[in-house]
Amino acid sequence: MFEKTVIIKNKTGLHARPASQFVQTANKFKSNIKLTKDEKSVDAKSIIEVLSMGINQGSKITISADGEDEKEAVNTLIKLVEQFAAEST
Amino acid sequence: MRQGIAASPGIAVGKAYVFEEQEIKINREKIDKSLVDVEIRKFKQALKTSKQQLQMIKDRVAEKMGEQKAKIFDAHLMILDDPTLVDRVETKIQEELITADHAVDRVIRELVAMFENMEDEYMRERAADFKDLGKRILKNILGIPILSLMNLEEEVIIVAKDLAPSDTAQMDRKKVLGFATDVGGRTSHTAIMARSLEIPAVVGLGNITEKVNNDDLIIVDGNRGIVEINPDEEKLEHYKKERQRYLDQMDELKKIKNLPAQTRDGHRVEVSANIGTPKDVEGALNNGAEGIGLYRSEFLYMDRDSMPGEEEQFEAYKYVAEKMEGRPVIIRTLDIGGDKNLPYLDLPEEMNPFLGVRAIRLCLKNRKLFETQLRAILRASNYGNIKIMYPMVATVKEVREANAVLEQVKRQLDEKNIPYDRNIEVGIMVEVPSTAINADIFAKEVDFFSIGTNDLIQYTLAVDRMNESLSDLYDPYNPAILRLIKNVIDASHKEGKWTGMCGEMAGESRAALILLGMGLDEFSMSAVSIPSIKKIIRSVTREQAREIANKVLAMESSHEICEYVDAKLKQILS
Repeated sequence: MFEKTVIIKNKTGLHARPASQFVQTANKFKSNIKLTKDEKSVDAKSIIEVLSMGINQGSKITISADGEDEKEAVNTLIKLVEQFAAEST
Repeated sequence: MRQGIAASPGIAVGKAYVFEEQEIKINREKIDKSLVDVEIRKFKQALKTSKQQLQMIKDRVAEKMGEQKAKIFDAHLMILDDPTLVDRVETKIQEELITADHAVDRVIRELVAMFENMEDEYMRERAADFKDLGKRILKNILGIPILSLMNLEEEVIIVAKDLAPSDTAQMDRKKVLGFATDVGGRTSHTAIMARSLEIPAVVGLGNITEKVNNDDLIIVDGNRGIVEINPDEEKLEHYKKERQRYLDQMDELKKIKNLPAQTRDGHRVEVSANIGTPKDVEGALNNGAEGIGLYRSEFLYMDRDSMPGEEEQFEAYKYVAEKMEGRPVIIRTLDIGGDKNLPYLDLPEEMNPFLGVRAIRLCLKNRKLFETQLRAILRASNYGNIKIMYPMVATVKEVREANAVLEQVKRQLDEKNIPYDRNIEVGIMVEVPSTAINADIFAKEVDFFSIGTNDLIQYTLAVDRMNESLSDLYDPYNPAILRLIKNVIDASHKEGKWTGMCGEMAGESRAALILLGMGLDEFSMSAVSIPSIKKIIRSVTREQAREIANKVLAMESSHEICEYVDAKLKQILS
């Protein structure tokens, strides 16, 4: 298993377009991917579950993956989240 | 005969298409275990159909309104693929032995409840997306046709409660002859849409959807705000003739639409178009617009989940400036607040949004947003004749503050050697009564005025323009309004400046004659109104119009004014 933690910096948080991009990207990997916030974990490949977390600007989230492409999956998703932050400023 | 509000001119005669949702009836009986697979298959098939439908809508929106707007549908499409949704529904069918429709209904309700209870306003609004999707899946399971204006088989007049942008976005425009709706006013989406499509519309009819059935023959008279249902032979003939007369009149107007807006004795004014999106430029030019008197930049910011960036704005402004080939383009800076909200800005709820933090007030509180827009406008000014206009200005201090931001942005561009029009004109909308009264003070601070009558009327007469039961009080010909307008025009001329008007009023024949006489320099309106206003201007001399305006300004009531001007108009145009 491989995991990394990141703080959401963009103003809209992980909603709507950022959320769908996030889930779309997660679905490209074979590993099981989980998203954890405040000790609650959900399936990162489900848009409903990701949206249900209510991830806002300032939220601290952990992305963890388990499977053959776990490293690449986590790193790609972290990079995407950082990209959201860069776009929103 | 049904009387409503005339929202878009012209006469349509045709079959009614009642755009109304059919009721969804859920089957709540238990199912036999042997039917579980059948129900699951039904559910999966419905998901597949729903996906195809949404993909089609998405493609259509992409084609008509651009990729950006189409992206809204990505989240919807993903939900249909979502493992959580699929699992939950299947589990319910299997474990509780209920029908596919019952299971979907329950799961969607759970999801809606979850989102409705979230703290974040934006997320609470997503509950509506789930309701929408749930309805679509349910209808597909139950075989209820999903009404869409996309696949109309013949030419129809659309009868609906109201039309939403998502309805009109997918509408097959070639098949729609007219609109008749229960609710709405002249500034509602349906009305604006009808005018830009140049099809007749009557709105605010109350219960037209109950009175009309599919395939009824109806007449929509958008000139007088009347709808006739299944008219007799005589009436039908009458309206067919009326329609022909109207079309002939339009043909005649087409001939003069490209002639200059000048009076018989050669006094030149400018007749321009109001636009919302770059695509509207085409309609403006087709109708003979001599400029864009109002480019409502807020449409760039609406129906999306984040702010448009500088590049996107720059491209839009540049496109309009270039298409207009040196003719003036007045860009109104962001006018949000009031009835227009931007969910992603997280604006606090206000008791009285029309008197709240809107337009320039909001921009001055959100400097970053304002600077980005001004930078995009200035950069675009290098490609045409752009002017800047601040909306909802109430004090001179606001003008100075806004101009200070503008100067700062200009310096930033100078530092980077980015070209822009150094002599760019800066004006204000006059729509707050205090500004109209103090026009002489403002005239020293700005290059031009543009009178926004929609708000000026509502603020001056204390009448909510969205309130249908007050529509008779919402009166552009109230002498108070005309006096304010005269004051503004005179004040600008004293300082060697000019005044335009970009409210609905500028496009009304009656008002145009009075305004011409008062000395208005620029008339900006819905593109369709341009030819008929040019015709009026070209039919009088400046002195004639001035005389009419002077008489009007001495009159005491709106009734008297309207009667007098209508009689004059008849004389002039005959």
